[in-house]
Amino acid sequence: MIDTLARYFQFPFVRYALIVGVLIALCSSLLGVTLVLRRFSFIGDGLSHVAFGAIAIAGVLHLAEARMLFVMPVTVLSAVLLLRTGKNTKIKGDSAVAMISVGAMALGYLIMNVFSTSTNLSGDVCSTLFGSMSILTLTKTEVWLCIGLSIAVLVIFVLFYNKLFAVTFDEDFARAAGMKVDAFNLMIAVVVAVIIVLAMNLVGSLLISALIVFPAMSAMRIYKSFRSVTICAAVVSVICAVTGILVSIVADTPVGSTIVAADIAAFLVFSLIAKIRK
Amino acid sequence: MAYLTCKNLALGYEGQAVLSDISFEVNPGDYLCVVGENGSGKTTLMKTILGLHKPLSGTITFGDGLKQSEIGYLPQQTAVQRDFPATVREIVLSGCQALAGRRPFYSKEEKQMAARNLERMNLEEYASRCYRELSGGQQQRVLLARALCATRKMLILDEPVSGLDPKVTAEMYALIRRLNREDGISVMMITHDVSVALREATHVLHAGENVFFGTREDYLCSPLARRFLIQEGGASA
Repeated sequence: MIDTLARYFQFPFVRYALIVGVLIALCSSLLGVTLVLRRFSFIGDGLSHVAFGAIAIAGVLHLAEARMLFVMPVTVLSAVLLLRTGKNTKIKGDSAVAMISVGAMALGYLIMNVFSTSTNLSGDVCSTLFGSMSILTLTKTEVWLCIGLSIAVLVIFVLFYNKLFAVTFDEDFARAAGMKVDAFNLMIAVVVAVIIVLAMNLVGSLLISALIVFPAMSAMRIYKSFRSVTICAAVVSVICAVTGILVSIVADTPVGSTIVAADIAAFLVFSLIAKIRK
Repeated sequence: MAYLTCKNLALGYEGQAVLSDISFEVNPGDYLCVVGENGSGKTTLMKTILGLHKPLSGTITFGDGLKQSEIGYLPQQTAVQRDFPATVREIVLSGCQALAGRRPFYSKEEKQMAARNLERMNLEEYASRCYRELSGGQQQRVLLARALCATRKMLILDEPVSGLDPKVTAEMYALIRRLNREDGISVMMITHDVSVALREATHVLHAGENVFFGTREDYLCSPLARRFLIQEGGASA
């Protein structure tokens, strides 16, 4: 088995996949803690559907090489819109997310069908939804883009960690203390949008929420301080991503769903430990 | 000059006034209780003072060196908080956010202040404990310690004893009284319990259809208080 892995690691695209996978898992789990605690995990789900629609359009426009450059702004813009409508009392936040995400999904598939240039349409759709092999087809540019953005997300996270805690625990208190909470929420939405577009390469748009929700939920089973939950979520997420990628190489399974399966397993283990401790 | 002066405030949502013609002031050392029926807009008044809502009309001015962001705020607990994985120390320290401003990390002084306020609320032994595992009274003390990190001058408390048993309620009121009398912190407290207002406060603001603001003694003689007290007495009898 180790021989198999060693052979695979001679290919640069496998190494790229591992690097990108670790970074994405790290970023998504860090933001996941605050999203889960603020009951915002559905925003991740909504945005991933939007990203699917954007990828469909990018495919039609033949933006294969530069598709990230198209998908990223569209998703970020949707994140901003979602946050705005969340405050609109006429259209409630959750139904706004449902409308935008399902709409983007349906139109995306429609556009892919009508303007399809590919001979293997269902294969394309499947890999966009479940990520299947797209992580192994990353170009060098995409890898560097991913590394750069991940580092940016990490730096933002560390610099704003204390403010993130304050806003997550008590938005009103933070606002009363003079924090610009709206601007801060906007920044979070943008960062989440960036992570989601990055994560589409790894697990596909349908499974992104798993990367955001599972590590945070696992960590919250056992750990009791915000800091330890954050660190634990990051560690669990990275371990699951690495395990998932390695297993998928050896056992020839789809990358995305293998990673999510690892996340589910970790969640079950953590839940069990929490039960036993009680 | 008063810490806080409100003149002819009208409050509400989307142009619909909930409360109108509110005028009052809070001076250094005052203990103001805001009483009134449920739904009379007491919490909205607090949030407006804190800058979380905009008033429909009227003015709010801060004076005597107090800035809006220097008010310590003890809100009613939210559902999110009850199940929040955070230690007591982390939560109290987050009260220093106003001091930290744009700085990303807390300074040594801020950490020391958080530790002092933990002591002040008798919470040292719980500093590393998880917030969600504490009793209701302990949780309120944690939030009060956090509010104290944000202010030296004025506290705004929104129903600080709701859900607490009588013994813990009495302790909480004693704690607030001590902060007011010994540390000289002005207190503005929302309560639906008029008898508490009459026992603890120096000033009373009665919010509702008829608005009253004045000292406790004046309030006692007002027809508003009498009607309210009789109602309360009738309800509990």
